[in-house]
Amino acid sequence: MSAVSQPALKRKSISYSKWGYIFLIPFFTAFIIFTLIPLANTFYNSFFENYAKGLEDVGPNYIGFQNYVKIFTKESLDKYLLNTLIMWILGFVPQIVVSLLLAVWFTDLNLKIKGQGFFKTVIYMPNLIMASSFAMLFFVLFSDAGPINSLLETLGIGKYRFLTYAPGTRGLVALMNFMMWFGNTTILLMSGVMGIDTALYEASQIDGANGWQTFWRITIPLLRPIMAYTLITSMIGGLQMFDVPQILTKGSGTPNRMSMTVIMKLNNYLGTSYNYGMGGALSVIMFVITAILSLLVFRALTRESRENAKQRKALAKGGVRL
Amino acid sequence: MKKLVALLLAAIMVLSMAAIASADEEGKVLNIYCWNDEFKTRVEKFYTFPEGITVNWVITPSDNGAYQLALDDALKAQATADADKKVDMFLVEADYAVKYVDTAYTLDVIADLGLTEADVADMYQYTKDIMTDSNGILKGLSWQACPGGFIYRRDYAQEILGVSEPDQVQEYLSDWDKFDAVAAQAKEKGIFMLSGYDDAYRCFSDNMETPWVVDGVIVKDPAIEAWITMTKKYTENGWNNKANLWSPESGAGATKDGKVFGYFGPAWFIDFCLAGWTLDDSSAPAALGNGSWGEWGFCEGPVGFSWGGTWVCAAAGTDNLTLVADLMKTMTCNKDVLVDIVKEYGDFTNNVPAMTEMAASDFSNAFLGGQNYLGLMLKNAQNINRAQSTMYDQACSECIQNAMADYYNGVVSLDEAWDNYFANVEERHPDLTH
Repeated sequence: MSAVSQPALKRKSISYSKWGYIFLIPFFTAFIIFTLIPLANTFYNSFFENYAKGLEDVGPNYIGFQNYVKIFTKESLDKYLLNTLIMWILGFVPQIVVSLLLAVWFTDLNLKIKGQGFFKTVIYMPNLIMASSFAMLFFVLFSDAGPINSLLETLGIGKYRFLTYAPGTRGLVALMNFMMWFGNTTILLMSGVMGIDTALYEASQIDGANGWQTFWRITIPLLRPIMAYTLITSMIGGLQMFDVPQILTKGSGTPNRMSMTVIMKLNNYLGTSYNYGMGGALSVIMFVITAILSLLVFRALTRESRENAKQRKALAKGGVRL
Repeated sequence: MKKLVALLLAAIMVLSMAAIASADEEGKVLNIYCWNDEFKTRVEKFYTFPEGITVNWVITPSDNGAYQLALDDALKAQATADADKKVDMFLVEADYAVKYVDTAYTLDVIADLGLTEADVADMYQYTKDIMTDSNGILKGLSWQACPGGFIYRRDYAQEILGVSEPDQVQEYLSDWDKFDAVAAQAKEKGIFMLSGYDDAYRCFSDNMETPWVVDGVIVKDPAIEAWITMTKKYTENGWNNKANLWSPESGAGATKDGKVFGYFGPAWFIDFCLAGWTLDDSSAPAALGNGSWGEWGFCEGPVGFSWGGTWVCAAAGTDNLTLVADLMKTMTCNKDVLVDIVKEYGDFTNNVPAMTEMAASDFSNAFLGGQNYLGLMLKNAQNINRAQSTMYDQACSECIQNAMADYYNGVVSLDEAWDNYFANVEERHPDLTH
């Protein structure tokens, strides 16, 4: 290469990095318009008194943190948070157990289950039904004079007024959320299990490990990142639980407002009087709670891998080769 | 370039012609906002729209104030909406009519729509009072008045009381003490006096001494407390079927095998709700022998009350002013149409002379076993007073029924139920306290 041609060559070297930025523009535009601006707006609105009284508008008047003070002192937020949490946990525990079991069975090399595609489709199916129609269906099925109660009476168990008592209503909400989401979780976990090196299973079998041992010693530890992801997404979804209890209780959160979730409360603020102030404040609180919970869960579930990394570093420093 | 100029000129011509045309005649699309098809069926039956008019029924159910939300959004966008998208006409219910009366969103029936005092002279006074704003301007009209009574099963009356004719049954039900006594007798026969918690609600809420809200403070009215006491007693004694209003159980109680003695309701309740519930086969004609249809009777019950009522308002900014005015006049002022509505749907219509004449005529209602119930409603209709109405009535009624159901079910104490009620109303209406 001659020295003369070098500048020309330099000019010719093209940086492709700008294309990366250009291709990111659509995402950022959408993100700014549909996420960032509404988010900022929510924060902004939460400092104002702004609602409709009949057909006339009250405000917006700047009132500082008064909306927040009202939520924490007068609106018994803890009750609705607890409702939401209880209904989410009631649905999530069976969901993760069943999904894990199905995921392990479906991927087990020894079982070789036939018609996997069919089963995967079937368990995923409830997720495709709209939550509102699902809730309507349950409302009719479990009503006082509905088919489930006739069945219970025929069986001699006796009637149970599901929607009159808190365990019944919360149980139904949890059951619906479970049915809607366990298929989705199963498929997620399956992809996680399939990502585990089969050599590990084979090796453990040669060493004489049984199914139980391989499950607890190999599958679970290696599945941890996927489980963390499932837990966090489910928790965020759970905190935003709305459609199922809203339709099932016709928005009233009966009995005794024990099935009223935080978002149903938010809907009550916005649904009649466009109370953007209180609605905004409640949304901001939910945003903070979600962020904190996600962070905590994520840290807890990834602690081990972080510790492993630390250990590895320490050992490497000490001259031990891993 | 020449082509472009020509195109531009042509476009300007077309546009200006369109502008002249629209100034000359009214819009071709009529948008009517409502929450069920009650008015729609009556209009389609008795009104013929002029050629070329598209009628757009925008129906939003009223649960949780959803209808008001949709209507308010549309009304607030009225000024900027396209002519064909503007609300031309909307319906309001007794529980929140007041909200729309004292606003600029509704048109003056007399000055704006061109109806005359004579057109509305025969209407029941309360139907005009509720729609009159603080300046004395009439803002809407109704085709119906809604005096209520007790609608009961004749076969069960025979079984419990040994009589089945309305005037005889009324003697057993003329006050609440007697009503309770019959309830106890009914229970012995395995029959529920009432369907559930909210059936007698309007008997009390319509006779309240104070409005639901006074100066921004939610008030406990003695009439409502009386309803709560009565319903708790009925629930504990097993005198009602523990159903919520509009629930499947409530409707099921009216079928042939249903065990409910009767329902409180006005004329619209009989035709629009109850008659449908009684049918065994809803696709077969409604006739005696199909379920419990035709085996009912109507009596005044222990107390006079009214329930609901639908008013028609013309929306400010409508581009169909003459059509709206004509539709309103036909459906609410035309005596012949009002008489036909009674014959077809059994409504109690909003025309004093027509109702008085029909009460004395041989008019009969097959669902009520051939009874002419209009006479029993006449006096009651004159006494209806809606002076206590506020724009919060729907929220208050819905919330108190929800909150008290828990109390009747034994899930919460009375105080807790009141607290739930206050919390629910206040989160819907931040301007209220208790």
